[in-house]
Amino acid sequence: MSVTEMFSYIQGFLSADQDVREEIRKVVQVLEQTAREILTVLQSVHQPSGFKEIPSKCTKARELFCTVRTQVADLKTKFPVEQYYRFHEHWRFVLQRLAFLAAFVVYLESETLVTREEAAQILGIEVVREKGFHLDVEDYLAGVLIMASELSRLAVNSVTAGDYSRPLRISNFINELDSGFRLLNLKNDPLRKRYDGLKYDVKKIEEVVYDLSIRGLAKEMDTVGDK
Amino acid sequence: MNRRDGDGGSRRNHDTVQDHDASQTSPVIAAFKVFQQELDTKHDKYERLVKISRDVTIESKRTIFLLHRVTSVPDAEDILNEADVKLDGVRQKIGLIAEELRGEDIHQFHRAFTPGIQEYVEAVSFQHYIRHHSLISLEEINARLVFMRTETHEHKGSCEAPPLSAQVLTFQVTPSDYLLGVADLTGELMRMCISSVGNGDIDTPFRLSQFLRQIHDGFSYIGNTGPYEVSKKLHTLRQSLGKVEDACYTLRVRGSEIPKHMLADVFSSRTTLIDPDEGVV
Repeated sequence: MSVTEMFSYIQGFLSADQDVREEIRKVVQVLEQTAREILTVLQSVHQPSGFKEIPSKCTKARELFCTVRTQVADLKTKFPVEQYYRFHEHWRFVLQRLAFLAAFVVYLESETLVTREEAAQILGIEVVREKGFHLDVEDYLAGVLIMASELSRLAVNSVTAGDYSRPLRISNFINELDSGFRLLNLKNDPLRKRYDGLKYDVKKIEEVVYDLSIRGLAKEMDTVGDK
Repeated sequence: MNRRDGDGGSRRNHDTVQDHDASQTSPVIAAFKVFQQELDTKHDKYERLVKISRDVTIESKRTIFLLHRVTSVPDAEDILNEADVKLDGVRQKIGLIAEELRGEDIHQFHRAFTPGIQEYVEAVSFQHYIRHHSLISLEEINARLVFMRTETHEHKGSCEAPPLSAQVLTFQVTPSDYLLGVADLTGELMRMCISSVGNGDIDTPFRLSQFLRQIHDGFSYIGNTGPYEVSKKLHTLRQSLGKVEDACYTLRVRGSEIPKHMLADVFSSRTTLIDPDEGVV
């Protein structure tokens, strides 16, 4: 094989690769749009009036997740399934956002941590790599960490809205998450960087709880909240 | 500051209490234990691959150094054979990578071993060039990265099925790794050209400059459609090509000044001057 032939072979490979990436980028853009819509719906829980509407907002978000599922199904057709990690970077960001949104919805509904299986199910994808397009464990964890900072915001705003018991429940939840994350041996990677921010969320919520308890606002809840 | 300390202290207390009763009951903690295991397994594999990749890099570099001696010894075949042995060793190591990657997505761990593979491509293509004066193709490289692995537990169980238990493992060099390895090769060719000028070899520099020009044209053809690193290496490639072309230019100019037989004399006398030095080293 001559040098020229070899290079034109490689060039053919590279342009095919670029075409695939272009296709993926298009679908991911649509997916990002949907993710933003869901976020907008869920953002309204921070409004004082939004606290009563949490169930209806969640239902609406759940409906939007149907769109996500069809879009993800579309994304799956754009590349060979065994090359997931080759193009991972393209959807990593949006998948983390979606994992966060799924976790947030589940938290608002039941005040529990979404399991990885549940999150994958909401997004219409698999849990393990062998079965196809899946939710990488690091992406799931990143989504959970985004939710933690959202919850610290929610704790502040729920006090403003006059809901004094919610911060205590959030505090318990976040503390549990924190001890969970402390079990992990993280490398010096993006996930680790994000985890480093968790302590500030924990601190913020503790300050809220502190403010409530010195004013006696959390008193009757204290017995319930701390089990 | 004071308050912060107090905060931290209370938190730690709170957590240890929670850890205590949560470790048995909480589904969150149970889930994170699973994640811990999964992440640790992945990181361990990554580290092992990095380690193998380093070994591959070191051995490939040594092979390249060995191959550079070709210009200064009379019998190139010996060195080429020695390089073959070394490259076989490198291939064994790549076999270990292939084994680690069995059943995995190769791209998930690609970053761990790409430096080693590029260095291997550089070494193997350098040797191929010295032997055949042509560019090794991606298929030829991949064809040599096929490994047979016999699985011991199956071996013990049934003796009538050794062909079944012998498993074929392949390692595929990605086109971009190949491309980057070839880009590195040009640097080695430049060095070889300069040193062969020093040894009075008049043909090699011209042949090398022609080959380098072909590679350069190939890279220009790919341009910036390739990965980001390629465009960076293209700059170095231009410099190498410039040096080689300059050397050829000098040879041509000086060659026209000095009659052919005398030029040969000049170079051969230089070789005899250099040779003993090389022998010491």
